[in-house]
Amino acid sequence: MIAAYAWPAWLTPELRTGILQCLIAGLAALFVMFLARKQAPGLLREIPWAEFRGLLQIVVVGLILAWLLHGPRWTSILVLTAMTIAAASIVRQRARKFPRAFTLALAGIAAGAGSILCLMALTGVTPVKIAILIPVGSMVIANTMNTQALFLDRLHGEVAAHKGEIESALSLGASAQTALTPYRAAAFRASLIPALNNMRSLGIVWIPGIMAGMVLSGSSPIYAALYQFVVIATIFAAAALTCLVTSRLVLRRLFSSYDQLMLRS
Amino acid sequence: MNSITPRLQCIDVSHHSPPPESRPILHNIRFHILPGETLAVTGPSGAGKSTLLRLLNRLQEPSSGTIQLNGQDTQTLPPADLRRRIGLVMQRPYLFPGTVAANIAFGPVQHAIHLEPTRIDSMLEEVGLPGYASREAATLSGGEAQRVSLVRTLANQPELLLLDEPTSALDAANRQSVEELILRLIREHHLTCIWVTHNPEQASLADRILHIEAGKVAAIGKPQEILP
Repeated sequence: MIAAYAWPAWLTPELRTGILQCLIAGLAALFVMFLARKQAPGLLREIPWAEFRGLLQIVVVGLILAWLLHGPRWTSILVLTAMTIAAASIVRQRARKFPRAFTLALAGIAAGAGSILCLMALTGVTPVKIAILIPVGSMVIANTMNTQALFLDRLHGEVAAHKGEIESALSLGASAQTALTPYRAAAFRASLIPALNNMRSLGIVWIPGIMAGMVLSGSSPIYAALYQFVVIATIFAAAALTCLVTSRLVLRRLFSSYDQLMLRS
Repeated sequence: MNSITPRLQCIDVSHHSPPPESRPILHNIRFHILPGETLAVTGPSGAGKSTLLRLLNRLQEPSSGTIQLNGQDTQTLPPADLRRRIGLVMQRPYLFPGTVAANIAFGPVQHAIHLEPTRIDSMLEEVGLPGYASREAATLSGGEAQRVSLVRTLANQPELLLLDEPTSALDAANRQSVEELILRLIREHHLTCIWVTHNPEQASLADRILHIEAGKVAAIGKPQEILP
């Protein structure tokens, strides 16, 4: 007689379902990138590692969060600082063509996401509780990171494509700031499209996790909806401020002190 | 000894490509140009002719040496002031989005100078583009765009005009008419001009020729001394 297979005690039915769900979702992403391998050959190689890394990170963060919920409030600042540094190092990989890309990304995210989060905490909009500050903060930092990476990537593309126009403007006596303005504005607009779309489609195209979670945990659906707007508006403000700060800081990474365009191709 | 201060003097200017390559591009370039003089810069492709003009306009920084404008080291001049005084016309026109008039007014606006519309009209008329002020720059042909680019640089009233093969991207018919136009403007306005060219016929019209090979001055002198 064959004995029925016994799962280890820690691998609860809920956990088994979660692992299966992750596997299916991860394979779906991999399959789509396989179909699109000719359009973006590099991405197919990046996806398995990115998926594994993302999964591992979120599981570790989940465990840390469970532990932190019982700790002092200041630990949330440590966690958010670590997230900011990690976000900056990810942006750096996408913005390697800019000199000192890590400090550029770090300063932008810290100034943009940091100041908006502080403002929300000080005004009481975001309660200073670990269980709220860390999830909300992480959403703000993650979205800010994406917006900043898009901004820098687009800006590099714009400058590379319009090197002639930029140098023509400089050769006529324009400052680096004036010469860069149209291309910086184009990058700024393009990088904020996803955050703007999130705000426009709120409730119609997507119902974000915080609202769903609050409704499921018994909060009033109206308050959950209002708070979801707060989070989305906070994300937009942080992303826009990060781009604004980054667009100021990037000037001296693109131009010398004598307003000469220095661009790594 | 010549008592006239040269309009521009280039003293042992060298330039390397940026690290890690650090390849020598120009080596100990030394020459001068007097006010009202035309200097043709000739040499094979890749000799460093365009780089030399970019160093004079300081779109790039020399690795060593000194460049003087009317006896003053250009390093001591603010970039906007230097680039107004040393105008550069590039191989391709690179006009900005907007009207022809906005393109022409761009340089003076950077220096808080307002160009009257009538002045813009007369400048355009001078280069054979009457009534073009309100035209969109994007709708111009290559020859028209290069004429506007020339006017745009001249609108800053530069003390020295740098021309980096301004007709190389044009077809034969446009090339000839733009070359004739440039020569006429140089003569009529007594412009001091450094003109990079591949065309020996064009170079023969200059007061002097600076011939560069492999980043070094191979010869400098009057056309009859340099040209075969």
